[in-house]
Amino acid sequence: MNDLIRSTAAELAAQIHAGEVSAVEVTQAHLDRIAQVDTAVHAFLHVDTEGALAAARKVDADRVAGQQPASALAGVPLALKDVLTTEGVPTTCGSKMLEGWIPPYDATVTRRLREAGVVILGKTNMDEFAMGSSTENSAYGPTHNPWDLDRIPGGSGGGSSAALAAFESPLSIGTDTGGSIRQPGSVTGTVGVKPTYGTVSRYGLVAFSSSLDQAGPCARTVLDAALLHEVIGGHDPLDSTSIDRPLPPVVAAARQGADGDLSGVRIGVVREFAGEGYQAGVLASFTAAVDQLRALGAEIVEVSCPSFTYALSAYYLIAPSEASSNLARFDAMRYGLRVGGDDPSLSAEDVMSLTREAGFGAEVKRRIMIGTYALSSGYYDAYYGSAQKVRTLITRDFDAAFEQVDVLVSPTTPTTAFKIGERVDDPMAMYLSDLCTIPSNLAGNASLSVPSGLAEEDGLPVGLQIMAPAMEDHRMYRVAAAYEVARDAAQGGPLIHRVPEVSV
Amino acid sequence: MTRVADLMDYAEVVERFDPVLGLEVHVELSTNTKMFCGCPTTFGAEPNTQVCPTCLGLPGALPAVNGKAVESAIRIGLALNCEIAAWCRFARKNYFYPDQPKNFQTSQYDEPIAFNGYLDVVLEDGEVFRVDIERAHMEEDTGKSLHVGGATGRIHGADYSLLDYNRAGVPLIEIVTKPLEGAGERAPEVAKAYVSALRDLLRALDVSDVRMDQGSLRCDANVSLKPKGQAEFGTRTETKNVNSLRSVERAVRFEMCRQGAVLAEGGRIVQETRHFDESSGSTSAGRTKETAEDYRYFPEPDLAPVAPSTEWVEELRATLPELPWERLKRIQGDWQLTDAELRDLVNAGAVDLIAATVDAGSSPAEARRWWVAYLTQQANTRGIELVELSITPVQVARVIELVNGGSLTNTMAKDVVDGVLAGEGSPDEVVEGRGLKVVSDDSALEAAVDEALAAQPDVAEKIRSGKVQAAGAIVGAVMKATKGQADAKKVRDLVIARCGG
Amino acid sequence: MPSISRDEVAHLARLARLAVTEDELDLFAGQLDVILQAVARVGELATSDVPPTSHAVPLTNVFREDVLRPGLRQQQALAGAPAAEAGRFRVPRILGEE
Repeated sequence: MNDLIRSTAAELAAQIHAGEVSAVEVTQAHLDRIAQVDTAVHAFLHVDTEGALAAARKVDADRVAGQQPASALAGVPLALKDVLTTEGVPTTCGSKMLEGWIPPYDATVTRRLREAGVVILGKTNMDEFAMGSSTENSAYGPTHNPWDLDRIPGGSGGGSSAALAAFESPLSIGTDTGGSIRQPGSVTGTVGVKPTYGTVSRYGLVAFSSSLDQAGPCARTVLDAALLHEVIGGHDPLDSTSIDRPLPPVVAAARQGADGDLSGVRIGVVREFAGEGYQAGVLASFTAAVDQLRALGAEIVEVSCPSFTYALSAYYLIAPSEASSNLARFDAMRYGLRVGGDDPSLSAEDVMSLTREAGFGAEVKRRIMIGTYALSSGYYDAYYGSAQKVRTLITRDFDAAFEQVDVLVSPTTPTTAFKIGERVDDPMAMYLSDLCTIPSNLAGNASLSVPSGLAEEDGLPVGLQIMAPAMEDHRMYRVAAAYEVARDAAQGGPLIHRVPEVSV
Repeated sequence: MTRVADLMDYAEVVERFDPVLGLEVHVELSTNTKMFCGCPTTFGAEPNTQVCPTCLGLPGALPAVNGKAVESAIRIGLALNCEIAAWCRFARKNYFYPDQPKNFQTSQYDEPIAFNGYLDVVLEDGEVFRVDIERAHMEEDTGKSLHVGGATGRIHGADYSLLDYNRAGVPLIEIVTKPLEGAGERAPEVAKAYVSALRDLLRALDVSDVRMDQGSLRCDANVSLKPKGQAEFGTRTETKNVNSLRSVERAVRFEMCRQGAVLAEGGRIVQETRHFDESSGSTSAGRTKETAEDYRYFPEPDLAPVAPSTEWVEELRATLPELPWERLKRIQGDWQLTDAELRDLVNAGAVDLIAATVDAGSSPAEARRWWVAYLTQQANTRGIELVELSITPVQVARVIELVNGGSLTNTMAKDVVDGVLAGEGSPDEVVEGRGLKVVSDDSALEAAVDEALAAQPDVAEKIRSGKVQAAGAIVGAVMKATKGQADAKKVRDLVIARCGG
Repeated sequence: MPSISRDEVAHLARLARLAVTEDELDLFAGQLDVILQAVARVGELATSDVPPTSHAVPLTNVFREDVLRPGLRQQQALAGAPAAEAGRFRVPRILGEE
């Protein structure tokens, strides 16, 4: 395997900025890797070879001209989840509905990446409109987990996590509504961060659930995630829910954490996230991780957050409700798929219904109908209204917990990667994947997943979730970076290097 | 063709029923940009040239609230004597329709920015009718559709439609009245007067073009009847987009007569939207829906709540201009008018003209005399409104100034005004052009007086003997001889002086 | 509480503009029932004294200046349209509201 594709983003950036390797060489190495393995992994829906090389050439030219790098990550390749708009490059959201749609504008995240000189390799596969936990809901076929190609890479951002684990890209962007960054990170042995809601602009992020969606960085190391976090984050007047305050100092916190000292840090273990339904190897890995944190000097406290057990229910009302409204715009009138448009006997209303029936997959339809039901007059109070009250209680539980501790920890997801096809006919079983990740979406605080090792029974990656208060993202970066160093030392090298070579 | 509705005689309707009105007025704000994006709001641009990802509802685009529109909404609320919400949210009103890019309208639901107000409306005979305001809330306009093919060019029978989203997202304020009861036979008049008063108010606030013909002010009229003595309301109909003041009055009256006929036959009023036809003055049923629309409102997650501080509201209150009814009250005092006199001026559309003439330097009494007497007569002769006369208040003030300065007599002043109305230029140009100059040369006047006295020696004798009132005949002769260009008072003084008085 | 019938699924599908098939009516009726039964437990916790949360971050008064911002050209606006004519989006005949 080429060293360039196994390097971290920080290492690549250092080499590119020092002139030891060109951005074009780095980009080409990754494009070659994609060409080599993506038929088996299927992380990408679209590879923008020309756009990527052009961006890389610009970085190289700027360096030759003596200019400072546009950012700490200038010249480093990245895989962008296909739910963020890219001007002139197809954006499908994993849906037939948007097949071939070319947006006339860039999302703010896309714009910031371009301005930072980050090289966008292409758009990654995902569950349709980010609804799912396995990437099986993509209209363009599932993505495969590089650890075991028969297994799911998580979802909805399975393309972004698989691209990292398959060494197709050192960096990727995901979006997390109920765990769509952290759960894929967990099951692929990569780092996934959901920043505080309101710190990464949602402008140009095709909305699933507006009050929960948040884009965030995905990488193979905590420091790489932090570097990417600082490129994409910050206030944006185009997003009215964007917080007009400086971004938490996450890179500094990641560097500080790498010193390996957590003395004085209080860490709470969430009592409710254990027990029945949790795979033994997941719990074992989690317990070992907590021991390691204690060994790093942290004070470990058990904390109870009783309303967290209602989070899944609240989420599966709030998210579908907002989605039923957000996805109403896909109606065959202005863009996207149109079915029945040639038949003059059909009205606009008929064409809308036929198009939506044909263009949306089963999971999307299911959620649109749940949301439509939950918002209907007569049901609103019992469903949507009650879910919003639970949301308040979950936030209160977090507030009470953060009075006692600096961060909270739990397993990221109750099981390791399951087999493709195993849960497709059982929506409720699928929904359990997001059990532990959802509370942070409902409360809007920061949360990440860092690999904690492999489960003994199946040899598949397990994730440790670390949660921090809103605007205190740096706390979890510090803890994650310290843990990462200790883990690699204990396990004899980076976990990600144990991923088997993809058999094509 | 749809069957022409049976109508009950209006007198019978008001004898048997009490009408209940509910008026919903949509006002497009004249902000530079749309409600939730930075696109322009100008009327009449090329289709789909004032659009962006947000107002086209493109995937991923987000709204951002126009602060100026919120300010306008609060000012409208204050002018309507409303309470201003200390905290309120936008809400999504979900329904599919091709003119609506997101298939939901960003509006306000149970938390309007302004609520519980009133507007006192003065009817033509001076009676004041208080219209209670339920709420005023912020929302966005829809795009416009063009229906192609079919026989009529209307929506029914069209082959396909074409959509222009330039108007989509233009800020709207919807002002909703409480049910208006007790107007009785004056209900149509009250409806018209309310919309008219609201239009004047919005114009004074400078928040909207209030052009009913361009749709920047639109009215939906809800009408129901209840038999006299009955407490509960009858079923109402909603007549959409009534596009002129006159139509408001006609539409309400028509619905009263139509519903009266239905109820008298023992029929049932169908709750429906109806369409007003300008040419026939009648309303026709729209598509009836099998089930009530379920809009599935919920708080707009993409927008932060609006929480105007007391300080901000008071700051905005201080920016309210003199409101139309306050101005009238002040004018009545300043001009010393009785209620009846003021009402006549209002009904004649003369208040603004007189006020402008006063502003240009005339006294209220003189300005009023010109506008309500000679100029009203000229307008009537021409069959036009006072304001349509081709003379400006500044020009009227100049005429008055010339009279007061002694350069014109009242008779000559009318000549000057006639000249201005005939397009001969400004008052000074007409004076010049028509050679209208008061003869003030004393010797010329004395000569004319002597000549007149000589011509009527018997009259001259009477004056000399002390019958001063006989001087009138001599004055008349002098005025005739000077073609009215002399000052009559001065002539009279001269006559008496020449006769040794 | 819920027991979702085929008719209710059909009604929801109509509201959501989904021309669902007969098979889907059966499938979704079963699945929605299970899901809604499970999530209905939010009612256990949601008492009247708990205020609802609609926004994750408690911001208020986020306003934009009333200043023009460049938008799309007509050709860009129509580029993704399934059909266009005379600078406008062409759509099938609209069933009237009026």
